[in-house]
Amino acid sequence: MRHFTAREELRYQENSADMASEIAPPDEINDGLSVGIVQTQFATLFEAPNLLTLESGVKLGPVKVAYESYGELTPEKDNAIFVCHALTGDAHVAGKHSVDSRKSGWWDGLVGPGKALDTTKYFVVCANVLGGCQGTTGPSCINPETGQPYGLKFPFITVGDIVDVHVALVKHLGISRLLGLIGGSLGGMQVLDWISRYPEMAHAAICLATAAKLSAQGIAFNAVGRRAITTDPQFQHGDYYGTDASKYGEAGPRAGLALARMIAHITYLSEASIERKFGRDLQHSDHLAYDLQSETEFKIESYLHYQGKRFIERFDANSYLYLTRAMDYFDLAQRPGSLREALGQTDARFLITSYNSDWLFPSSQSREIVSALLETHRHVTYLELESVFGHDSFLLEIKQLEELVTPLLRETYRRIRTT
Amino acid sequence: MRRYSVLDPTAALTDRLIMNQIGESSRVIDLGCGDGRLLCRLRDEIGCTVQGIELDHREVIEAISKGMPVIQSDLDRGLKEIPEQSFDYAVLSQTLQQVRHPQELLGEMLRVAKRAVILVPNYGHWWIRVQILLHGRAPITGSLPYDWYNTPNLHFLSMIDFRELCEQMKFKIVVEIPIIRGKAAEGAWAANVRADNALYVLEHA
Repeated sequence: MRHFTAREELRYQENSADMASEIAPPDEINDGLSVGIVQTQFATLFEAPNLLTLESGVKLGPVKVAYESYGELTPEKDNAIFVCHALTGDAHVAGKHSVDSRKSGWWDGLVGPGKALDTTKYFVVCANVLGGCQGTTGPSCINPETGQPYGLKFPFITVGDIVDVHVALVKHLGISRLLGLIGGSLGGMQVLDWISRYPEMAHAAICLATAAKLSAQGIAFNAVGRRAITTDPQFQHGDYYGTDASKYGEAGPRAGLALARMIAHITYLSEASIERKFGRDLQHSDHLAYDLQSETEFKIESYLHYQGKRFIERFDANSYLYLTRAMDYFDLAQRPGSLREALGQTDARFLITSYNSDWLFPSSQSREIVSALLETHRHVTYLELESVFGHDSFLLEIKQLEELVTPLLRETYRRIRTT
Repeated sequence: MRRYSVLDPTAALTDRLIMNQIGESSRVIDLGCGDGRLLCRLRDEIGCTVQGIELDHREVIEAISKGMPVIQSDLDRGLKEIPEQSFDYAVLSQTLQQVRHPQELLGEMLRVAKRAVILVPNYGHWWIRVQILLHGRAPITGSLPYDWYNTPNLHFLSMIDFRELCEQMKFKIVVEIPIIRGKAAEGAWAANVRADNALYVLEHA
């Protein structure tokens, strides 16, 4: 297995997992090529009487969607790429929100001029998911019927519902067919669901470190995370918002959410990466303290506590409950009856990658998708990539991803432009 | 010194020989597809739907750059993710002698495809016999000038050996073309002595 480079070490310290806005500054990940200063935009969709009908049958609307876009849409509107973010990501994929911003978007290494999602060629869009807490309608938003935050009165949502909102946004932007869809983890699930139910809507589908259904092990970890939140005395049946619902970090089940994050975070790493980064090193001393009260004695403990603490500043506990549940429910084969049926309708070119150290979304789950695609004679490229970073790899191994994504998009685009 | 020659798998001639065996608009999987050159021709010239399998990372990227679908995989680990009978043809060019378990791979090829197209060197060639007889040393081939300890060629078979294996495995040899000095020589006399390579098309008996 390969060793960490100095740059990776640095990045690894600064960021991890699907932590949206916690990726290292752009000059760390690329050579100063950035989309520059960007702003999150908003669209209001599904206004009465055209409410969104959720998979559960419940109607919801209006839905506010936070999104960002980079690059220019061609007059033919044939160069749009939609990025689907993972569990706790947001619409801010690339660039910075202001000159003073400390951090760039969560996939800044992949999106920008001359990068894999080349913003001089492509029009790149990313939106915060339905049920999230980074600008799109979710449980921390005001319920128009009560004037109070939804809390647990927010309807149950699924990956399909998330995708339906994305689809509406894309149409709202005047785009009928995307050049590509790309996403990792929960984002990859969205790509799969999207191409399954709207097979005509994209020419390329890039699914990273994902699965056609969450494994029982994945559900198990999510269950523990939710339990940590719901058993926190501050949870108050989800009605923990103070006067300002946007400050979900200030009230509510902070300890529970932090604990949920710590557990989840372990699942994003690998045994090898933890061992190499932290080993059994102690945080403050060379000696064991023989003190049970000392909670952050080992470096790995301190790291996890830090990750938990950072997380509660930017994420809403209710959103965490809704989105992990949506992930649990995801089963691509369920509605159509088989994976074959689900994936057999599209002519999109697929790029599937898994990572050899990812035990949360193991390669076997990607291979299952690949088999179904082969069975139905689809165009599929698949690689099990080497990385020590576990499930996080798709966010961290930018160069590795770039050398696959760049030619795939270039060839796909060339083909649609010449036919 | 004249050397016994293994056909260069990247040569246009090899491609042509293989393409002649494949029907138009077929579903073809190329095992060890390299940079996807043959797949590209199969798709563009005779309208095939294609799929590549390749282990080398650089070659995989080259194939993607040609717009070819390719799965990175080690043939020594089988073709597990490829469903049964999902292809019309499985192609294996100059690779059978290099895999660890040729017998299993042949079985796998005819599990995933109706027909297997195989190009292999013929180690029954007279020049190899002469080399062993005169020098008493392992033969070194022209385009793969390896010593015995670092050659990628793990297995040495002659046309007779290959036929025998097919019989044992109950595979029907639909086509057998000896290749003599780079030219297809169907029905040539004493092929096992004269052919440097041979092309076979197999199916289940």
